[in-house]
Amino acid sequence: MTELSTRHGLGRILVFVYGVFALSATARALVQLATQASTAPVAYTLSLFSGIVYIVATWALATERRRVALVTICVELTGVLVIGTLSHPDDLDRASVWSDYGNGYGFVPLVLPLLGLWWLWRIGRSTRPTD
Amino acid sequence: MTSLQIALTALAVVVALWLVVLIARDRQPDDWVYGSLALLELGLVVQLVIGLVRLGGEHEGVNVAAYVGYLVGSLVILPAGFVWSVGERTRAGTGVLLVAVAVIPVLFLRIHQLWSV
Repeated sequence: MTELSTRHGLGRILVFVYGVFALSATARALVQLATQASTAPVAYTLSLFSGIVYIVATWALATERRRVALVTICVELTGVLVIGTLSHPDDLDRASVWSDYGNGYGFVPLVLPLLGLWWLWRIGRSTRPTD
Repeated sequence: MTSLQIALTALAVVVALWLVVLIARDRQPDDWVYGSLALLELGLVVQLVIGLVRLGGEHEGVNVAAYVGYLVGSLVILPAGFVWSVGERTRAGTGVLLVAVAVIPVLFLRIHQLWSV
């Protein structure tokens, strides 16, 4: 039996999904900044920020750093809600994965932080944090 | 989509369904699964080569950086999923493979969109 931890069981799948988003959000931002940085520097920097948030969340969940994971996922949820509200649904060149609440990514960016928080809450109830 | 993408999507769907069966029956992936994943990865390498050759021809309006980014980035998903999956030989580990396989057709759609502007 594996003990309940951030990276076992459902957490195993969660870490991988976070990893996929870390890769896609960061790669997307780097392409934007490398090829058209002057078009919308603020939006593309925000795009890079979302990528970094996913990288930190992936790392924290994969290495059992629950406090870091909690803070990062809260930032992620705030990000997708704020950017989702401020961005326009009809904006064809969506600037980040959080634009329009992650509509361009099947709304996974909106569901993922909720899943992450639920998972941290669930394992937190049954085991004592290690850090 | 190209015929290669359609064929690989069909393979990905079959593998995904088989992984669902394995998860439901609490069985570990067999050689058939790993062989299919290797075949999918090989197909992605072929897609990268074809994609780069296509860029040698007419590609007015195509976002080249994003297009190449997707072609190269798609190669990472399956190996990463495999490594992360074998670290935990449970239903969840098999679930990681399911997510990895499910991502591939989505990438095809994006690559197709990027090419047909």
